[in-house]
Amino acid sequence: MSGFSQFGNDLYTGVRSIDFIARRKLWFAISAVAIVLSIVLPLARGGFAFGIEFTGGSEFQLSQVDTSDQAKAEDAVTAVAPEAAPRVTVIGGDGLRVQTDQLDGDQSTAVRNSLAEAYGVPANDVAESFVGPSWGGEITNQAIRALLIFLALAFVFMALYFRTWKMSIAAMVSLIHDLIITAGIYGAVGFEVTPAAVIGFLTILGYSLYDTVVVFDKIRENTSGSESSSGRTFAESVNLAVNQTLVRSINTAVVAVLPVASILFVGSVLLGAGTLRDISLALFIGTLLGTYSTIFVAAPLYSMLREREPRIKAESARALDLRQKSTVAQSASMGGAE
Amino acid sequence: MANTPTPVRKARRSLIALAAIFLVLMGAIQIGVSFFGASWTPKLALDLEGGTEIRLAPVVQGADQVTSEQLNQAVSIIRDRVDAAGVSEAEIRTEGSNNIVVSIPGQPSEETLQRIEASAKLDFRPVLLAGVPSTSSTGTPTPAPTESTEATPAPSPTDASDLTQVTPELQTAFDNFDCASVDETVVPDPNKPFLTCETNGSAKYLLGPVELSGENLSNATAGQETTQNGAATGSWAVNLQFNQQGTEQFAAITSRLTGLQAPRNQFAMVLDNRVLLAPTSQVVITDGRAAITGGSITQDTAKTLADQLKYGALPVSFAVQSNESISATLGSEQLANGLLAGLIGLILVVVYSLIQYRALGLVTVASLVIAGGLTYLIVTLLGWRLDFRLSLAGVAGLIIAIGVTADSFIVYFERIKDELRDGRGLSGAVEAGWKRALRTILASDAINFLAAFILILLAVGNVRGFAVTLGLTTIIDLIVVALFTHPVLQLLSRTRFFGEGHPASGLDPRALGAVYRGRAQFREPVAIAKRNSGSKTEAQKRQTIAERKAAEARGTATATLERPTTTDQSAATPTTKSAKPTQARGKKGTRS
Repeated sequence: MSGFSQFGNDLYTGVRSIDFIARRKLWFAISAVAIVLSIVLPLARGGFAFGIEFTGGSEFQLSQVDTSDQAKAEDAVTAVAPEAAPRVTVIGGDGLRVQTDQLDGDQSTAVRNSLAEAYGVPANDVAESFVGPSWGGEITNQAIRALLIFLALAFVFMALYFRTWKMSIAAMVSLIHDLIITAGIYGAVGFEVTPAAVIGFLTILGYSLYDTVVVFDKIRENTSGSESSSGRTFAESVNLAVNQTLVRSINTAVVAVLPVASILFVGSVLLGAGTLRDISLALFIGTLLGTYSTIFVAAPLYSMLREREPRIKAESARALDLRQKSTVAQSASMGGAE
Repeated sequence: MANTPTPVRKARRSLIALAAIFLVLMGAIQIGVSFFGASWTPKLALDLEGGTEIRLAPVVQGADQVTSEQLNQAVSIIRDRVDAAGVSEAEIRTEGSNNIVVSIPGQPSEETLQRIEASAKLDFRPVLLAGVPSTSSTGTPTPAPTESTEATPAPSPTDASDLTQVTPELQTAFDNFDCASVDETVVPDPNKPFLTCETNGSAKYLLGPVELSGENLSNATAGQETTQNGAATGSWAVNLQFNQQGTEQFAAITSRLTGLQAPRNQFAMVLDNRVLLAPTSQVVITDGRAAITGGSITQDTAKTLADQLKYGALPVSFAVQSNESISATLGSEQLANGLLAGLIGLILVVVYSLIQYRALGLVTVASLVIAGGLTYLIVTLLGWRLDFRLSLAGVAGLIIAIGVTADSFIVYFERIKDELRDGRGLSGAVEAGWKRALRTILASDAINFLAAFILILLAVGNVRGFAVTLGLTTIIDLIVVALFTHPVLQLLSRTRFFGEGHPASGLDPRALGAVYRGRAQFREPVAIAKRNSGSKTEAQKRQTIAERKAAEARGTATATLERPTTTDQSAATPTTKSAKPTQARGKKGTRS
């Protein structure tokens, strides 16, 4: 433990420094590859796997069944509704989920009774749902509208708070980076996209920006003085801020991921497919990505955007110049002492 | 200690404020429980409680939009229907700008579903017979003697009010008619007589065929009745306005009915197969403007009636968009597992905080407990006041909030550590760290709250429930960190254990590499005035240490020349090779 806290001290004082900013070409290249893969792989797989909330269909959930024999369910469905194309999933230890194409009222009741009979559970324990094809689309449309408005407002808020729109740009780019890659992972692996997963995506927005704001606040603090007087170039100031907040970033990521991981675990192992798993899966990926992108995308990008400003360029040059002289002076005096 | 007592007093005040918030919330819920049937537990949504959720979307012509007024009216019509179906605890609400969501415990019967889906239909029918409903079919005051009327006129009815329509069977049916048997879901034949009751069950009617359909009613408003010279009489009226076709039809009806014997001079306005009102026609109305007045019409009933007539007449029908049902067993299973996930998550966070922050981790744990308590109370209160129901997505939001809330403490603690590294005393570090941390926490929470707020406004369904919990916990996070975590640290920083930086306190300045100047004595706390001197000097002050360290890292450290710094000047004489020692010795202290 003292190792970690020592690590924190060293990062804070600058004894140890990780070159997040200087090696930005490498990070950008990694992200670019990830983004390309996130677009290409889902396309190669044939697009996203949408849940029935998007495609429309009927769903039956059985709980506390004695056997999780899936063939039984398929037979029970096709016996009364031959066209239904049942997809059976085991949920938790003793539950089953049967999804079919959309059935009408009578068929639906028939399937429900048939399933109840096949597994020997009371018909009341078979939950029956159906979703029209427009429902998931409506959720998503609303979500996308909310997303755009949020991005616009967050952009303005950050520009006002940090007094520079370049921080807003950097934060937005890293946010979009997170969203694309999370969606890419979903598409590439074939995780089902459900409204719960959409909720997860939306939360990533909040988290990704939240994390970026914390680090940017430190950057703002470190770069608010003039560069020449601090003796650091702009990029070095930014890098120091990222290093100084690195312990926080790690701690926060761990603390944020722990509950998400526990939902993911409980959701997928104990409950199986469902709301909890879908939300937490998106969040799990998104939280890790959000932390990564703040450090490896947002901060280097911000530094890149600002470094080229003439004033900052001049200050950074002066800082380098001063340092050169002082190093010379130091080595001279060292030489004398030795 | 030499510190001014102000922080302590402030801390106490904050804690008292927090206690007051708790007491107020608990008091409010207690009042709700005692007098208004509220409960001490949060209300659960259907996915946790079991039940059915039916989502209805309006079917509109072309690009028409449904107004929120129409939607609200539809909600109240559907509520009436569901209540009439005898379904208890049904919840009907609007969702987004379009949809209506009906939540029903358990599985609804096919009949209930039809009842909900059926679109409202308003018809005008002439009254043939009227009576007071009663279980024993005595005292129907004004039925015309059937046999005599039937005997004399022509066998086929001459008009809609013709009593020849009342066959002996209908008469018997009418005599024995029980208002409980009115069924809103059947669509009666518009050309045949129809038996029904007034909405409140106060009268039963045998009605003639439909003579005017609700579509022809263009407007209905409530207003004060006026005399001919425009003075308000003080009594209320429902004003009807018909379109052209309606005007003609209504003129025909009134000209026939006016002067007929009661109850045949009444026309009934039938909504969802029940009679809203059956006013007596007193004058022939040819201009399509009618006013319904009378003793039973008050300001409130006039408004309700006008709305019912107006919207009941609108051709908005609803289609079931989704119908999700969750069995009670599955619901409780989901809740149990959701809570289990929360518990595991909480334990993991607690363990990690304790490892990472030692005794300070206990402050995190206590803060999380406080936040949890506040959240529970507020969710319970919202359940009672605003009918907010906790869904599985909402539970997920709460669990995720553990992380966000804990992050505020992390930001704060790391700031305190930063201040300690710069050599402040603990009390000073707590104050200075708080100022800086609060800024960051406010900015980042604002982003979170913005996200939640926009989702609450725009999103639908599950997304919304999730956003509510997210926004709620963001606010609670601020309350807890300001009114609990910070004051507690202010107080703890004055204890020996923390103040002297016990290794297990998590705030050991030696472990943090602060300048060590002898046993339990560090650099004097930086004066408050200096702390306020702005971030520029802060940056410079920090930079000096960092830069020195950076210089060491670059390799000049082999023969370190400690550059004298503004704050370090009093430190052990930084002459030559022993210049680094202050730092090194400090670190050794903890490593051992």
